Amino acid sequence: MKIGRFAQTGNWILARFPLAKVWEEHMTHYYAPKNFNIWYFFGSLALLVLVNQFVTGILLTMNYKPDAKLAFDSVEYIMRDVHWGWLIRYMHSTGASAFFIVVYLHMFRGVMYGSFKKPRELIWIFGMLIFVCLMAEAFMGYLLPWGQMSYWGAQVIISLFSAIPVIGEDLSLWVRGDYVVSDATLNRFFAFHVISVPLVLVMLVFMHIVALHEVGSNNPDGIEIKKYKDENGIPLDGIPFHPYYTVKDIVGVAVFLLFFATVIFYMPEMGGYFLEHANFIPADPMKTPEHIAPVWYFTPFYAILRAIPDKFAGVIGMGGAIVVLFLLPWLDRNPVKSIRYRSGFYKKALLLFVISFFCLGYLGTQPATPTATLFARIFTVIYFGFFLLMPLYTRWEKTKPVPQRVTEEHGFDEQLPALLEEITELKPASSLEIGDPAFRSSFFNRRPNPDGIVKAITRLAKNLKESLD
Amino acid sequence: MKTLLTLLLLTSLSFGTNASEDINLQKARIDINDKTSLLRGAKHFVTYCLGCHSAKYMRYLRIALDTGVNEKVVLKEIAPEGASIYDQLHSAMNKHDAEKWFGTQPPDLSLIARSRGQDWLYSYLKSYYTDTKRPFGVNNLVFPDTAMPNPLWQLQGEQHAEQRKTIWGEHAELVLAEEGSLSEREFDVMVNDLVNFLVYVGEPIKVERESMGKYVLLFFSIFFILAYLLKKEYWKDIH
Repeated sequence: MKIGRFAQTGNWILARFPLAKVWEEHMTHYYAPKNFNIWYFFGSLALLVLVNQFVTGILLTMNYKPDAKLAFDSVEYIMRDVHWGWLIRYMHSTGASAFFIVVYLHMFRGVMYGSFKKPRELIWIFGMLIFVCLMAEAFMGYLLPWGQMSYWGAQVIISLFSAIPVIGEDLSLWVRGDYVVSDATLNRFFAFHVISVPLVLVMLVFMHIVALHEVGSNNPDGIEIKKYKDENGIPLDGIPFHPYYTVKDIVGVAVFLLFFATVIFYMPEMGGYFLEHANFIPADPMKTPEHIAPVWYFTPFYAILRAIPDKFAGVIGMGGAIVVLFLLPWLDRNPVKSIRYRSGFYKKALLLFVISFFCLGYLGTQPATPTATLFARIFTVIYFGFFLLMPLYTRWEKTKPVPQRVTEEHGFDEQLPALLEEITELKPASSLEIGDPAFRSSFFNRRPNPDGIVKAITRLAKNLKESLD
Repeated sequence: MKTLLTLLLLTSLSFGTNASEDINLQKARIDINDKTSLLRGAKHFVTYCLGCHSAKYMRYLRIALDTGVNEKVVLKEIAPEGASIYDQLHSAMNKHDAEKWFGTQPPDLSLIARSRGQDWLYSYLKSYYTDTKRPFGVNNLVFPDTAMPNPLWQLQGEQHAEQRKTIWGEHAELVLAEEGSLSEREFDVMVNDLVNFLVYVGEPIKVERESMGKYVLLFFSIFFILAYLLKKEYWKDIH
């Protein structure tokens, strides 16, 4: 009787609300390519981190005070006197960095497998808007603890607006609400950080996913699975997102949480990269820190800003570094999507880009010495060269033949037994040994095999070299 | 490929010298699980630091709870006269006096270990030397022209800075000119206890956080294994 009542209520709702339809369309009848690899975890992980930021953020606002006199104290109050406040705060601060790690990897996946190309240009644009929103969100959130680095970081970045000719000074004044970063700035940043930007962010994420589900996911082979369908109209290389990718993503979530918890419980400051040392000093408008560096996820762009001698040109350069990413679908003229079938030249260009991005990131954390500036300039040229020369070098690329159907891929977990077999050898059996024969052949009775290890390493090196050709 | 390699090599080189001077800091031996050291450090803090510096995010009660010592004992042995167990570690000196006497208000020390680092604090407290040009007659090797007089000089004794020439250039070295009431070893232990306490005050939850971490990681490891097996089971029929 009880169950009948329950089902009745369910049916009543379903007759009025398309819950089942939405679930089917986006989960059980959304067909994703079956050859997703490790790079495809980061989309769902980004969503997980977003939820984490929302939940912990809401909890933090319950004890945080957006007031220049109280902000720093209230953060320490959360860290010490609020029950589990320290955990919530570390989850939020680590989550911010985790968000950027996950999103950078997610974006790199898109570049590598050509996920931004036709027909997915709009997904890429929405994604880039999410990235810009995320940067705004992180930048404003970083002011809230009201530490020295919060304060002076915001001071430096807002003063960039003043480099714009004619309206610059008034614009930066309008953004700050005062002649220096002050209580007014803190209050408005708080409003943006907890209400406006998150709302826009959620809306963009929604559109990002809706756009994705309209055209379908790309895959490591960069081919359209919708070309080959069975008699029911289901892609031959597609599998339902639920349950296959939901269970798979849970594995990714577990691995991510292992890393996430390690940082939270053992290294929440991450050597001064996730929580900067100078930010444990309350903001002091009278005392400029000797070395102002933004948090690590902004440093590549900060390095570009500093590399350019003129302030306004630097601002243009920094903005351009992000704008150029928006244009990527139209800069890359090669119809082949996946890096697997692109030319060696493109692979090397991409590698060079990755190296320059990392080096710019490192340089952004360092004081600007003449040598550092010289290197920052070289890497800035490489960064822009990769994108702006793209229309030229991608047009005459010698690509490899692209397969019709997705290729089968063996995951690391499937290769592991064979690899273990190769790099170890069974201990010679001695008559003294006792125990189960099954145990004797087990992993614990094996010892390293130098020949096997050398072979495995040379194979890895060969594969690495080949993958660049 | 070759150009790539050279670029990689070049970038791994250092990028010129740092703007701030690099001083070889002495290593503090920090163990915030060592409760007797923390209590000794708390006692030293109240005796030698609290006169000018507060640690306003810390309560006497928290010290009692975290070290497992009776509240009354903490009040009697550590807290200054008249303090309540619920009080924060406030300094008796007011802002106005501080600015008149020292030119600046001494910073709150609750988070000093997290902003400066444990080794810096340890080295700083040990690196005072006589310098008649300074208002308080002392200067510091780690923090030149510091506004703080040396509160520990009676314990450590008087140090002089002597210029030494080595193949790496000239640098100052501290020598003990007049012995203090503590031997060098005793003084090191005392400063170490004090820094240990400051590290604890920087993040009182740290001990609990780290001991909790292993259970969280164990939980996620088991979760990972179950999730992996579930995925394997579901994906059996995908070829």
